[in-house]
Parts: sequence; C-alpha cells; structure tokens
Amino acid sequence: MFRSQYDTDVTTFSPQGRLLQVEYAMEAVKQGSAVVGVCSATHVVLAALKRSFSDLAWHQRKIVPIDEHIGVAISGIAADARVLTKRMRDECLQHRFVYGDAMPVGRLVHLVADLCQKCTQRISRRPYGVGLLVAGVDESGPHLYQTCPSGEVYDLVGMALGARSQSARTYLERHMDEFSSASREALIRHALWALNETLASAKDQHLSAENCAVGVVSIGDDMRFHLYEHEQVQPLLDACAFPKSGGTATETSTEQAPQNVTDSDEHHDATMQQDTP
Amino acid sequence: MSHPDPGFVSMSFDSDTQRKIVSHQRTWSPYVDNGGTVLALAGRDYAIVAADTRLSVGFSIPSRNFTKIVQLTDQAVLASAGMGADRQYLHKILRSRLEIYRYQHQKEMSLGAIAQLLSNTLYSRRFFPIYAFNVLGGIDANTGEGFVFGYDAIGSFEKVKVVCSGSGQTLVQPVLDQQLAGRQKYDVPDDQRMASLSLAEAIELTRDVFNSAAERDILTGDALELYAVTASGVRCERFELRRD
Amino acid sequence: MIETPTHTTEPIVTGSSVLGVQCVDGVVLACDTLASYGSLARFQRITRLHQPAPGVVIAGGGEYSDLQQLFRITDNIFRQEFCQEDGYELSPRALHSYLARVLYGRRSRMDPLYNSLAVAGKGRFLGCIDLYGTAFESEAVATGIGALLALPLIRKQWHAALAMDEGVRLLEECLRVLYYRDCRALRSVQVAKVSDSGEVLISEPYELSNLQWKVAQAAEEV
Repeated sequence: MFRSQYDTDVTTFSPQGRLLQVEYAMEAVKQGSAVVGVCSATHVVLAALKRSFSDLAWHQRKIVPIDEHIGVAISGIAADARVLTKRMRDECLQHRFVYGDAMPVGRLVHLVADLCQKCTQRISRRPYGVGLLVAGVDESGPHLYQTCPSGEVYDLVGMALGARSQSARTYLERHMDEFSSASREALIRHALWALNETLASAKDQHLSAENCAVGVVSIGDDMRFHLYEHEQVQPLLDACAFPKSGGTATETSTEQAPQNVTDSDEHHDATMQQDTP
Repeated sequence: MSHPDPGFVSMSFDSDTQRKIVSHQRTWSPYVDNGGTVLALAGRDYAIVAADTRLSVGFSIPSRNFTKIVQLTDQAVLASAGMGADRQYLHKILRSRLEIYRYQHQKEMSLGAIAQLLSNTLYSRRFFPIYAFNVLGGIDANTGEGFVFGYDAIGSFEKVKVVCSGSGQTLVQPVLDQQLAGRQKYDVPDDQRMASLSLAEAIELTRDVFNSAAERDILTGDALELYAVTASGVRCERFELRRD
Repeated sequence: MIETPTHTTEPIVTGSSVLGVQCVDGVVLACDTLASYGSLARFQRITRLHQPAPGVVIAGGGEYSDLQQLFRITDNIFRQEFCQEDGYELSPRALHSYLARVLYGRRSRMDPLYNSLAVAGKGRFLGCIDLYGTAFESEAVATGIGALLALPLIRKQWHAALAMDEGVRLLEECLRVLYYRDCRALRSVQVAKVSDSGEVLISEPYELSNLQWKVAQAAEEV
C-alpha cells in the first residue's frame, strides 16, 4: 500500500500543504456511528445511532449532557470524546462557580476547538480523533456547533457526522428551509428521519428504542437539555412513521421523506400501504 | 480564557499563605461572624430545614434577605450559619461536587453520602476552617424516613432527629429538647421516634422557636425560610420575623 | 527579623462610604471624592466611581490603591470579553459574582483587597461585596460608616415606585448627613445613574448644597 513520507508526525506539511495526520484524525470521525443535529429558531435536536460492539455488550453512549443547557453528540474515538466532554463539564461548572451563570455555548465550543488545535501543532501530541455536535441554548438563542480534530468550528443549522452520514446530510440539505420554523416535534422527526437515512440497508437495520438516542434543548422557560434514551425514545420513533425497512431503504426513503413532516398522519398511511406485505 | 484564577476549589494553601495565616492572625482576621440561626428537624416521612434571612455585621444589618439555605438534591437541603462568604463558597463547591457526581454516576447522591461529603469538605480545611455551622436535612431514599445531620466547623457530625446551630442555638436547642424530649434518642424504637409529630405541627414548632429567637437574639430576624422535604419533593415557605 | 509586608494588613489611604439605591427606572450610586490618609483629607478630587463597560458602574470604599487595582481587574476582564468577539456580554450580575470570587480568593490567601464595593448595572442590578467576599443583592446598599448612618435612612425612604431623580435626592440627603457626622467624608460628591436600558450618567464632582451648620453656632453660644 502507498505510504506517504509526510504522515509520520502531526506537524509536518505534505508538499500539497496538507497535514496528513490531522486528516487521518478527521477520518476517525467518519468511523463512528452516525449522529445528527438540527437547529430551529427555538430548539436544537441531536439524534444518534448507538452501536454495540458485540451482542454481549450494551449499546455505547453517543449523547452526553454537559451542563443544564448543553449536550453533545459524539462520533469517533469514544475515549477521546470522554476526555473532551469531561473538560467541557469542568469548564461549565467553573463558569457557574465564578460568574454564577450558564456558560455561553459559543465560548465552550471555541475552548474545545483551541484544545483540539493545540494537538495539531505539537510533535508530541496526537489530535483528538473525535467530532462533536454541540447543542445548547444561551441568551443569544439556540445553537448547533460542530468541532473537528483539526480545531475548526462550524456554526450550523443542521449536520450529520459519522458512518454513512452523507445520506443524512442530503436529507438535511433538502429540508433545511423547514427547520427554522419547525416545532419541537417536527424538528425531532427531521432529526430521526435524517438518522434513518444512515442505516445500512444490507444489514436490515432499523431505528429502535435500543439503538437510538435523542437530545433536545430549547429556549424559553425550560432551557434544560433533555436526553431521551431506551424506552423514552419509542414514542419519538413512533411519531416518525418510518417506512418498514425494505431492500433499498435508503434510496426509497429519501424520495419518500415528506415535504412537510408535520402532517405525519397522512404520510403514515401512505407508507403503511406501500410496505405492508 | 485566561482570567485570573479566583481560587476555584483550592483546598490547599501554599507555604507563603500558611506563613501569612500564622503571622497575621493577630493583625487582621479573615473571619467575620454574620450571625443567623439554622434549624433542621426530621419526622417519620419528612425533614424540615429552616433558617432566618438576616445578614449581620456587628450591630448593622447590611441585608435582610440573605438566604442561608441551599437545596442540594430533591432529598437533601443544607443550611449554614456563621460567615456569609464562607457559606457562599461552601454551597457553591458542594453544588459543583454534586453535579460532578450526577454526571459520573447518573443518579443523585444519597443523603448519607452528602453528609459524609460535607464532613470531608469541612475537614479538608481543618487548619483554616470554613466558618460555617451546618445542619443538613433530608429523607432517606430507601426508607423514606427523615434524618438530619448536625456539624461543627471542621467536619465532626452527628445523625440526629433535631438540631439547631448558629447565634440562636442556645435559645432554641433547649426548647427543642424539652418539646421533643426523648424523640431524638436512638434507644427509642424507630417507629416511635418523632412519629407522633406531623409535618404541620413541626412547621408550627419551627415558626415558634424562630419567633422566640428573634425576640432575644439581635443577629436573628427579618424572615424565616423553611424547606420541607418529603417524598414528593422539596417545598419552600417563607414567614416574616421581627425586623428590629 | 523584620519581614517586609507583601500584603495589605491595614488600609492606609481610604475612601469612606458608598451609597446605592434601586429605583423604578434604574439604579443610583453615590459617594464623595475624598481619599483620606488617616485623619488627613489627603486626596480631595479623586473618583471612587468607575465605569468598566457600557451599562455597569462599580464604586468602592476602603484602601484606595486596592480599589484602583480592582478597577484594573474589572477593566481587564471586560477587555478580554471584548477580545472574544462573540457578541456575548458579561452581565452586571456575573461581574458581581466574579468580583465576589476575587475578593474571597484574596481573603482566603490572607492578602485581602481592603474594599467594600457596590456594583450597579442595567436591568436594575444593585449588589454589594465586602472585603471578605460576602456578596448580596439588595434594593438599598451602604458601605462603611454609611451602613450605620445612611442605610436606615435609605430604607425608611425607599419605596417601589422611587424614581431615579428622587433616588439622587435621597442619596444626596444621606451624603449630607454623612458629611455632618462622618469625619472622613467630604462636601464634594459624585453621583452615577444607570438606567434600566444601560444608559450611564456619572456626574462631575459637585458640592453638596443646603448645608446647615447653625447647630454648631448654637453650641458655641452656649
């Protein structure tokens, strides 16, 4: 296999001006199972597909609450994510301790970004092989951010990371006009629909209460981050009315994704008719 | 961000500071007594934690509405008399610690664990004590029985049924002892201890002893904050006390 | 062996009381412009009010050098906030909490900043911090000897519908009482008004009017 001369350490540029080790770290993000984030004018929703590495194991954690008002979805090396989320929690607690106030989401994300960036400029360090979708609310409203191993930060209305996330991004791009005015329920449905796109059709996967987690945070009176896992997810999944996974689930469901997800009843009937054996 | 570190959760002191602690104790005291009375009382299925809201410095009252109570979980409430600044610091770090526990264990800390944590926190400052006299009240998650813990400033603590601390302690504690004689004793069977005292009666008793303390103790008064912990959660009530 | 002091053990050049009151349309702070050296009225035209950022004013009494240090600390943190360039601004309440941590941290290191502060800000914020780090919010604040002489007067006159102009008059009356009774007070004073929306007006130093010394003459005649 071809090996580059320029990827033995993180601080050496290739002649094309690339930092190969950093790019490899970005690849690690794509290895993780998919996570989706969507942001409206009032809410932010995270949805994640949880893997279990063995039939004997529980499903991994994909969505982590950071502080009352912030949660993150992780994709990539889970151990690295643990270090970063721990740091984020500590920073939020420190901010509350000193200022008596919730940490602004953007501040926290840039702090993580600086942490990631430091690892790309020291020969003795390894970049964090994890991408985060950070959802939170503060005085300036709801926010969805993405951080990368390279130290870059993106302020987003929707994003998907991890394995097979391209199809979810395609879904999000098609529906992004609907996000800003979407209700809480509609936004959760969008997130789960997008997540549904990432499932491997060959393996006959489908979203279930076991392998799926949803996090929601909104502006208003209740600015807390709510995490739904296990049996709490089932009602959210039920509200989505996915087509029963067929041979080409990915392809067809992209086409079938309703233009307006809010009228789910209609859609529910349509898909049921189509997929009932 | 590189704001100057305002001493976040710093429990140990460098040698220079220790030298100053020793050499300047005579010229300037880092302590001030802001007074106030705190009380905790437990029944069979409830606990009450109460405190007045006066902040005193000598003969003046900088604030009439300064809370001495912090709700730590749905089952535990802490009240501290003594020095205002130390109390605020203690309450802040305890809340941080509990938040960390919540993240690490995905559950609330039990009342007994909080009691031990508070003791450890106080004792970690054994040689530069946190000048706060704590009473911790709550209900046991397993049995639903109310319990309270009384502390000294450096972490010694005792699990009891009723306790009072602060400037009104000497006025209030004897009354409680007389009214509730035997009920806080452990040689009485569990089901008899405080069993006959209902929550409403306990609140009445608390109001009475605080009104009495406010009559004679100049450091106690203005308002009474009362937290009632039951299986259904924590309820906060406020009653006026004399303001002179 | 004589050790050189490296920290404040007792204040040298001191400011006296600071007064503050919450009004229906904002907050008013007031203090005189004197920094005394013991009983000597050493610096008579200094300002003890400081505006570190739009919509925030802090005022302090106690050791004047420590007060200047605190002003520098607040300027610094607002400068750092500005450099973050993320549109988020530190609220007066957050600054109040921060300063309380600073003062508490310093007292815990046995190296106190020998001041008591009043923090006023937009959104009708009025808070107070002493040299131990005791921090609280209140509708009426007075530090130093003002806590004994002025605070009862402010509390007596205070009502929920107090307008800022009335607040200024109320604090002026208190400063007058302090000038009569506090040997470390001065006739020259400054007033700061912070409206709900964050508009700040800090007056130039001016002399208190309507001072009455007839009692002194009467005492002489006897």
